[in-house]
Amino acid sequence: MFMPTEEKPVFTPCDNKQRLIRYVDALREATSQEMANDERVFLFGLDVDDHKGIQGSTLGLLEQFGPERVFGTPLSEDAMTGFAVGAAMAGLRPIHVHIRMDFMLLAINQLINMAAKSHYMYNGQVNVPLVIRTMIGRSWGQGAQHSQALHALFMHIPGLKIFAPSNAHDAKGCLITAIRDNNPVIFIEHRLLYSTEGYVSPEVYTVPFGKARTFVPGHDITIVAISHMVMEALRASKHLEKIGLSADIIDPISLRPLDMETIVNSVKKTGRLLIVDNGWLTCGASSEIMARMIELLPEGLNGKAIPMARMGFADTPCPTTKNLENLFYPSSHTIAEKAYTLISGKTNTDWLPAATSKTEIDAFKGPF
Amino acid sequence: MTQDQALIARLYQSMLLIRELEQHIVDVYHTDAVKSPVHLSIGQESVAVGVCDPLNSDDIVSNTYRCHATYLAKGGDINGMMAELYGKKHGCAGGKAGSMHLVDIKHGILGASAVVGTTIPIAAGYAFALQQEAKKTGKQRIVASLFGDGATEEGVFTETINFAMLKKLPIIFICENNQLAIHSPLRSRWASEHICERVASFGIRTHQVKNADIFELHQLISKEAENIRNGISGPVFIECETYRWLEHVGPGDDHHEEYRDPNELALWKNKDQIARLANMLAPHEKEKINQKVAALIKNAVAFAEQSPYPDEEELFTHVYAN
Repeated sequence: MFMPTEEKPVFTPCDNKQRLIRYVDALREATSQEMANDERVFLFGLDVDDHKGIQGSTLGLLEQFGPERVFGTPLSEDAMTGFAVGAAMAGLRPIHVHIRMDFMLLAINQLINMAAKSHYMYNGQVNVPLVIRTMIGRSWGQGAQHSQALHALFMHIPGLKIFAPSNAHDAKGCLITAIRDNNPVIFIEHRLLYSTEGYVSPEVYTVPFGKARTFVPGHDITIVAISHMVMEALRASKHLEKIGLSADIIDPISLRPLDMETIVNSVKKTGRLLIVDNGWLTCGASSEIMARMIELLPEGLNGKAIPMARMGFADTPCPTTKNLENLFYPSSHTIAEKAYTLISGKTNTDWLPAATSKTEIDAFKGPF
Repeated sequence: MTQDQALIARLYQSMLLIRELEQHIVDVYHTDAVKSPVHLSIGQESVAVGVCDPLNSDDIVSNTYRCHATYLAKGGDINGMMAELYGKKHGCAGGKAGSMHLVDIKHGILGASAVVGTTIPIAAGYAFALQQEAKKTGKQRIVASLFGDGATEEGVFTETINFAMLKKLPIIFICENNQLAIHSPLRSRWASEHICERVASFGIRTHQVKNADIFELHQLISKEAENIRNGISGPVFIECETYRWLEHVGPGDDHHEEYRDPNELALWKNKDQIARLANMLAPHEKEKINQKVAALIKNAVAFAEQSPYPDEEELFTHVYAN
């Protein structure tokens, strides 16, 4: 139930019905509603039916829908993914859950060779309506193999769609969209977002693919942030506010398809672009966004090159110990500093943001 | 014609169609009409026919890249297949699949995959959906999953065998054991030659069919399919010995290469199930079937030749489903 006291949820309620609920509860609600709506939907994966229920995101669903629609699996990611592809081809709508994204590497043959290609390779004779729920870990020593963010790897592949919602409202709406989509969808969650609260309607609603969201309108810089980095970017915008600077904070939400129009329009207004990925830079989402920006605005703006920069994971595996781990990730401070240098044009930082209070990053104590 | 004679005639025609169609591929391959890698089943026809003939038309088969035989045996559209091999618009997948990914969902033929072992869990997932379906319809359709001996070395095979048994899925696994993975013989790949023993350790009923015997396999599939349909049995595993007469990929014979033994070819040609059935038919019956098969292939070739290549915009269709 952690919510930093100085921070407000990114959505304010627009009607009385909306409740402040956690990201993890939004995931569970979306699954429950869609399973009730459509008997073809089933949920499976290691431990989706145990007493912890994937950090609570699947709790109660076994009781609600029974063991034929909610079941655990052996540790056979490769076969279980193929199983899901086959069930989807036959007309069911599986949701397969991985408790960490790192385990998806064991399923990559089925995802890339079959799930992504079947509709095309078999010329539309089959659909693969499949949702892969997968969680990025961070903090409390998750280390090199429990913290990877592999969205860029999947962005490379035609035939896949990718969501990476950053808040409870989008988590629910995106998951419903993903379940209803007739294609394989990689649905990327973040462990540290699970406890964050947002205003969520109890109604069934969808959040579309290919539509980015601008959280805070600003004038001086566009900051595109992905997954958990949206929270850090929002904090960075608070730091910048203190010195009179404002940032457009954009969350692409959907990484494939990618909404470049919203980003380009914002950059036309602010004249500067900072991309903060929750992932590595090389061949990453940030590379893609920057390359497309250059393709779309090859002349820059007003005859001048657009000041642009990228931030993301350090170019190393993720260490476990806290002091090194802190250096591995961009933070609200480093984001604000980078934004400041882009805006001011100064190479040496002559401004540092003040320290912030505890965030969900400091609060997380696992154990998993 | 007696019932037995009718069965013999049907099995003979089905196997002959596969052999003659593939022989056509061998004959025209040098003309570049077929612009695709081809993995031919000449010599192995009895496995596909022995498995598919006893199945119902709404049952499902799942395949490997050596898929021509199963496609035809299950009743896949022959014109669509030939046009697909020719890369044409009216191919079973509009020219996007080629030889290695034949598909005909209308006839219960799941798309084949070029990545060995990949379709095994997909077949199991499909079987799961059929298991759920049967709870509503009361009618149990089944899946036959065919793969080679090489596929059993992939981790996903063992993973799927375990899960299929755990869930008592309505599936028959058929290992088409031609003893070669590309050019590597079993002895350099398997610690134990007894695949049935390995699979049986999961509690699955297993059978071994020697000498690619078409009648033995046909009878076995008929019986086991019935057991699954009646809920008497969960998954079943069948190992079927067979022999690839030609090279792994391409139209040639490679028995001059060191990895193969020409005596083995002679041995298996003596066991040829097509010749065996031909000898069981009256000459005029056999001739009638031969002519029918030749006409089917001639039509399919004409169909493929007349079909245009796909329109350029087809490159971008079906990347995503609506």
